[in-house]
Amino acid sequence: MSRTTLTLGPLLYNWPAADWRDFYARIADEAPVDTVCIGEVVCSKRQPFYADVIPETIERLERAGKTVILSTLALPTLDRELKYCGSLAREASQMIEVNDISTIPALAKRPHAIGPLINVYNEAAAAFLIAGGAARIALPPELPLKSISAIVAAARNAVIEVWAFGRIPLAISARCYHARLHGRTKDSCQFVCEQDLDGLDVETLDGERFLAVNGVQTLSYSYCNLIFEARQLESLGVSALRLSPHTCDMVAVSQIFRDVLDGIREPSHAMRAMRTICSDAAFSNGFVHGTNGALYVLE
Amino acid sequence: MKTETRRPLELVCPAGTPSALRAAIEAGADAVYCGFRDETNARNFPGLNFSREEMKSSIGYAHSHGAKVLIAVNTFARAGDLTPWLSAIDDAATLGADAVILADMGLMSYAAKNHPGLRLHVSVQAAAASSDSINFYVEAFGVKRVVLPRVLSVPEIAAVTRNASCETETFAFGGLCVMTEGRCSLSSYATGQSPNMNGVCSPASHVSYRQEDGVMVARLGDFTINRSSADQPVGYPTLCKGRFKTGVGEGHIFEEPVSLDVRQLLPALQNAGVTAIKIEGRQRSRAYIKAVVHAFREALDALADKRSVPISSLAPITEGQSVTGGAYVKTWR
Amino acid sequence: MQEQAPQQVLRLPGFVAWAMRPLPLLPLEIALGRLVKGIVARHPELVGRLNGSEWRCVAVDPNDLPFVILLDMREGSLTLRLARTLDSETAHARISGPLIALVGLVDGVYDGDALFFSRDLVIEGDIETVLALRNAIDDADIGLLRETAALLEPYAAPFDRVGRSAIAVVRRTLGLGGAEHRGNAS
Repeated sequence: MSRTTLTLGPLLYNWPAADWRDFYARIADEAPVDTVCIGEVVCSKRQPFYADVIPETIERLERAGKTVILSTLALPTLDRELKYCGSLAREASQMIEVNDISTIPALAKRPHAIGPLINVYNEAAAAFLIAGGAARIALPPELPLKSISAIVAAARNAVIEVWAFGRIPLAISARCYHARLHGRTKDSCQFVCEQDLDGLDVETLDGERFLAVNGVQTLSYSYCNLIFEARQLESLGVSALRLSPHTCDMVAVSQIFRDVLDGIREPSHAMRAMRTICSDAAFSNGFVHGTNGALYVLE
Repeated sequence: MKTETRRPLELVCPAGTPSALRAAIEAGADAVYCGFRDETNARNFPGLNFSREEMKSSIGYAHSHGAKVLIAVNTFARAGDLTPWLSAIDDAATLGADAVILADMGLMSYAAKNHPGLRLHVSVQAAAASSDSINFYVEAFGVKRVVLPRVLSVPEIAAVTRNASCETETFAFGGLCVMTEGRCSLSSYATGQSPNMNGVCSPASHVSYRQEDGVMVARLGDFTINRSSADQPVGYPTLCKGRFKTGVGEGHIFEEPVSLDVRQLLPALQNAGVTAIKIEGRQRSRAYIKAVVHAFREALDALADKRSVPISSLAPITEGQSVTGGAYVKTWR
Repeated sequence: MQEQAPQQVLRLPGFVAWAMRPLPLLPLEIALGRLVKGIVARHPELVGRLNGSEWRCVAVDPNDLPFVILLDMREGSLTLRLARTLDSETAHARISGPLIALVGLVDGVYDGDALFFSRDLVIEGDIETVLALRNAIDDADIGLLRETAALLEPYAAPFDRVGRSAIAVVRRTLGLGGAEHRGNAS
């Protein structure tokens, strides 16, 4: 059985360019991840802020032996957004991660990655995409183990990846909720989302911690954490686990996942360490267990 | 005039039951969309939808009245257990459906291969928001129509339609998903029942209402999603229309409980080249269907005769008791 | 954007409830029971739409009348009881609203969701069962006034006429079709 690799997903939040560059520099130097996805997924307006540092970041990551994948927008609707995704898909020398169907035609069946925001719920959809050049498929985070294993069993010739750490993307909209909360429109948002480096916490009126807002994206309040399920996923044949970047120590998070997969750290010990690293986070694993995504299911 | 070259807009109406289907056709629907009584369609609600036998007789009724029946098989098939979805497509073809409405690429692939004569429509659940996406579905599966997501403004709809190599259909009335349809797991996060997999958003089995000193508290799963005092209109117990708190502010942080009504925009949609307009509400009663379909029939007939479009008030039967142009009007964003 | 305050459906005048209070429920229960039996016999597809095989009891509570209608659903059957009061043990769910609203709901002259949005209808308890019942009744195309009228021969014609004009008022209030447009929509 081949070893399950770790993928660092694209940074979904609006971080200052300097932080963005420093984050990836540290990942390049220290994190035991095999693949790193970079690029703007959520809002095209954020991209100009760090566009300049992308080339050097790619170079640095590749020099460190990481495979770099370029992630694309989840909901390109403006002409310039569609053109940008299309030209990236045609011209980039790195593999492209598709997060909206519209980006697929420009790939002309060249090997590519299907991101977790594309609806691949079964082996039939996976087979269709693989026939069209998909070499990697990151499954939607809401899929239960049963579905994951059925897809893995049928799609042996692609890397099948599962969302294993970080706030779970739950929805994408044309409307910017950060702007709306601050009484602004999407066009005059003044980038208020930069205030919330892990997204803006949303509570119910009764004070239950529930969701997080990240511009046009809505995520879970809880951080998905599949440290207890990592080995089971590996034994099912899942070939990569995705860790989604947060402000917590992602080098440590990826090291813990690596150690558990390598059998040198027990999941219970790993979980205690994770609680220290992400001291503010609530963890969840409900989706893989086929229940409310918000729950943490103890086995 | 540009409008004179346009065909009249096709009026596509919902039906959750055979009675609703007949009501829609009597009120002037050109086509009715409906689903089988299981998780293969996105309105898998208790007591709703069609048995095979009911579908057969309903298609017979529709065809004898010159109306079409479009069968929605618009959830995503369960991995390792595709049979319910494949047989829904097979049966739709056998029963003589005028089209199937699909969201899952795997199912589109199956339908295109096994039922080449069956007309395929791309469901709004497939979130084809650009002509690039639409043309991908046309080339891959030979789809004939795409239902556009409710995230586009009218000029964007016009641009997408202009560059699309198949027909487009847009939502004209009813519930308004503020999130891109087919790409939302909010309900699933709170209840474990997924719109994409189980065909239910905010399933009734997980909804509870409690009266607390004259305030109605709505809960979904373990989460309070709204508190409404007696004088406030309410909406469906969907997360995106609930009230929440953040460090910045509280209230309807995603969307107010309002409904879409684009009758004012019908001339613009026709000029945009849209083929069909769709009324939401397979979960609604015959009374709703009659009232809304009738109002839209009147509006479309007026448009065809180049009269001004009559706008009778439909607000009292809508969610939140008020209507909006939604994303079709760009300020919504 | 159009906006309107919630509309409230007409309630029966208070004296109706007052006048009914001393009356025994049994004759009414027998009459309504016969009505439901007739409806189920004429619309066999109705019970097919009700969910599951477990016993479910829904309390239909006309909040302008001094009694509650209890509908018992079991596999393949729907039966009716009346009660003076309702405690939380009696029923799995409760639908309450003015009688005219409830009658009009069954008759398919207006929409249950709209009544809920306007706060005319209050729903508590097992929402899934309530929805199944609502959808089953809507599909059955019952014509409650017609069926009641049939039961009340020889007073059928006047009853039907009075009932219809009451329903017409509700329809207009809710903006559900009819020729008249509401004048106060902005």
